[in-house]
Amino acid sequence: MTTTPQAARRASPRKRRPATPTAPDPAAGLLPETEPVRLLDPDGTLLPARADYPEPPVEALREMYRRMVVGRRFDTQATALTKQGRLAVYPSSRGQEACQVGGVLALRDDDWVFPTYRESMALTARGIDPVEVLTLLRGDWHCGYDPAARRTAPQCTPLATQCVHAAGLAYGESYQGRDTVALVYIGDGATSEGDFHEGVNFAAVFKAPVVYFVQNNRYAISVPLSRQTAAPSLAYKGVGYGVPSEQVDGNDPVAVLAVLTRAVAHARAGKGPFLVEAHTYRMEPHTNADDASRYRDTDEVEAWRDRDPLARLETYLRGRDVLDDAAVAEIAEQAETYAAELRERMNTQPTVDPLSLFDHVYAEPTPQLVEQREQVRAELAAATEEDA
Amino acid sequence: MATMTMAKALNAALADAMLDDERVLVFGEDVGQLGGVFRITDGLQARFGDKRCFDTPLAEAGIVGFAVGLAMSGLRPVVEMQFDAFAYPAFEQIASHVAKLRNRTRGALSVPMVIRVPYAGGIGGVEHHCDSSEAYYAHTPGLKVVTPATVDDAYSLLREAIDDPDPVVFMEPKKLYFAGAETALPTRTEPFGRAVVRRAGRDATLVAYGPAVPVALEAAEAARDEGWDLEVVDVRTIVPFDDATIAASVRRTGRCVVVQEAQGFAGVGAEIAARVQERCFHALHAPVLRVSGLDIPYPAPMLEHTHLPSVDRVLDAVARLQWDDQPDRRWLTEGSAA
Repeated sequence: MTTTPQAARRASPRKRRPATPTAPDPAAGLLPETEPVRLLDPDGTLLPARADYPEPPVEALREMYRRMVVGRRFDTQATALTKQGRLAVYPSSRGQEACQVGGVLALRDDDWVFPTYRESMALTARGIDPVEVLTLLRGDWHCGYDPAARRTAPQCTPLATQCVHAAGLAYGESYQGRDTVALVYIGDGATSEGDFHEGVNFAAVFKAPVVYFVQNNRYAISVPLSRQTAAPSLAYKGVGYGVPSEQVDGNDPVAVLAVLTRAVAHARAGKGPFLVEAHTYRMEPHTNADDASRYRDTDEVEAWRDRDPLARLETYLRGRDVLDDAAVAEIAEQAETYAAELRERMNTQPTVDPLSLFDHVYAEPTPQLVEQREQVRAELAAATEEDA
Repeated sequence: MATMTMAKALNAALADAMLDDERVLVFGEDVGQLGGVFRITDGLQARFGDKRCFDTPLAEAGIVGFAVGLAMSGLRPVVEMQFDAFAYPAFEQIASHVAKLRNRTRGALSVPMVIRVPYAGGIGGVEHHCDSSEAYYAHTPGLKVVTPATVDDAYSLLREAIDDPDPVVFMEPKKLYFAGAETALPTRTEPFGRAVVRRAGRDATLVAYGPAVPVALEAAEAARDEGWDLEVVDVRTIVPFDDATIAASVRRTGRCVVVQEAQGFAGVGAEIAARVQERCFHALHAPVLRVSGLDIPYPAPMLEHTHLPSVDRVLDAVARLQWDDQPDRRWLTEGSAA
């Protein structure tokens, strides 16, 4: 039997009650809050405490601030290196520092991160050598760091494909008796890809300890969120898979860390995956090659500048007396040193070996690759002879 | 020795691999309690438990992507793509991740796994159930592509695929699943990268793989009536490819026909023909010819016999191998003004 909206409005409250009042709502605990969780006001003042999302220890927040400052400086430096021709391209995450740093701070060192190309800042915040992080964009190889040693998958360029890898890895870890959690960074656009849905579904069915962390920065290159989804928010995509979900103000570092901490604890406790959507904004174009003025106006960008996560956290930490002018200056100095070292190291031309092209295609090269390697070796030898 | 079907030999290979290596996990669609639509995983769940052999959500990209993660955690996934064409949703995972992870990470990560693909036709299947998809995988560096044509090879190549340090797309010719042969398992045949001469002959070489091997062997038998003594080489592993064995055979016979069931254009047979003529030009008495499926979407069941390479088509090709040293009349008018 179908009910028209008019009929539904006419129905008495008594009649609309479920037939069995004690039957639990199967979606209870899965749906996100209707408004993004926020613990700090945009001006940096603390909102009333919440039992479900306790404020992280202030020392953790201070460390978060430090990594955000260094991260932003890294990001600026990488953009500069691109303008100087040292990087082929750089997708900035300026404005998303709370998410970039919060994601890795919520994890243990032996947890796994599944990043996209926009997570360079997150990876440096995880302690990975920035030159190794930028290898992909400098172009001397694809992945510059050791993913197994750093428990960090290669930065994923195909959208959302890493959502399923994380489900498999997290399930494999728990299958082998380890309590590792996997955290997946993805963007708003990637939630439209099939692999996002397959990944979340696999993780849910196999109760894999994965945190799916969507940084909704409003645009997939130029395409606005309204073209990605008609859902109330991206965090509502979890309920269909039986996955508890939450949305958070992604420019509120305190809330981001609090929500992710709870999500990671949920996964580690064996309760399966958790989906978090952070509402944030990409202050820079998609990459240096993009012209953002073609799809968004200055007023919008300026409005988000007022919600800067760094200024917000700094104001709060100063109010808590764990940050003063001297500490701010010292952290800024650390960031400058970090950037200067990076600049210095990126100014040398990396050596590439054409013969290495044949390494790591297979564990052992096929006869055909051995043949082609020999051909390239001969070409190189002939070229060297000509130069001499 | 006992008679066994290829399906049973594959099942035994999976069971023996699971017994020998507890890291081996078998999963996919309907592979658990049902034992797979072709029963290749029959009894594995009952024997090894539902943590070792299990059903997944119905999503092929998910299955392969899940296997990537499991392999990263140190396990050995063996996944079943229920039918050839059902594997297409997984192609991005296969081409962009499975094939490339070792290379992208300079060997720091590798994802050894076996992707089993029941493939090709000749079983009266309706559309999307009979594709020959081997060229897509063979064209993707980083994958090994293997296809058995005998019961012994089915067992041995699958065992080797599961032990291999690289990802292997294991193409199982559906129409050979229930063909039986004498075998004594466990058996080990020639390793990856070795083609095998299935039938020795002096006059011409038929190169075939997977479902085309029995066709080539039958054609070679029939050719005796025409006075031709044909050699048949079974490629077995498309990647890595054995140039040496095939070139040696063609140098002996001086003539070559490549037989494949897949549509011909830009296919594996084209690659083989090119490689043979590069290596054997001065030993050849005729151009290398190809006999393949037609360049059409796989046809409806009542028309598939027209599509599939037949013994007659193979013999027709052999007849065109310029036994009289005259040019192939088929091409004489091509390109000339009408």
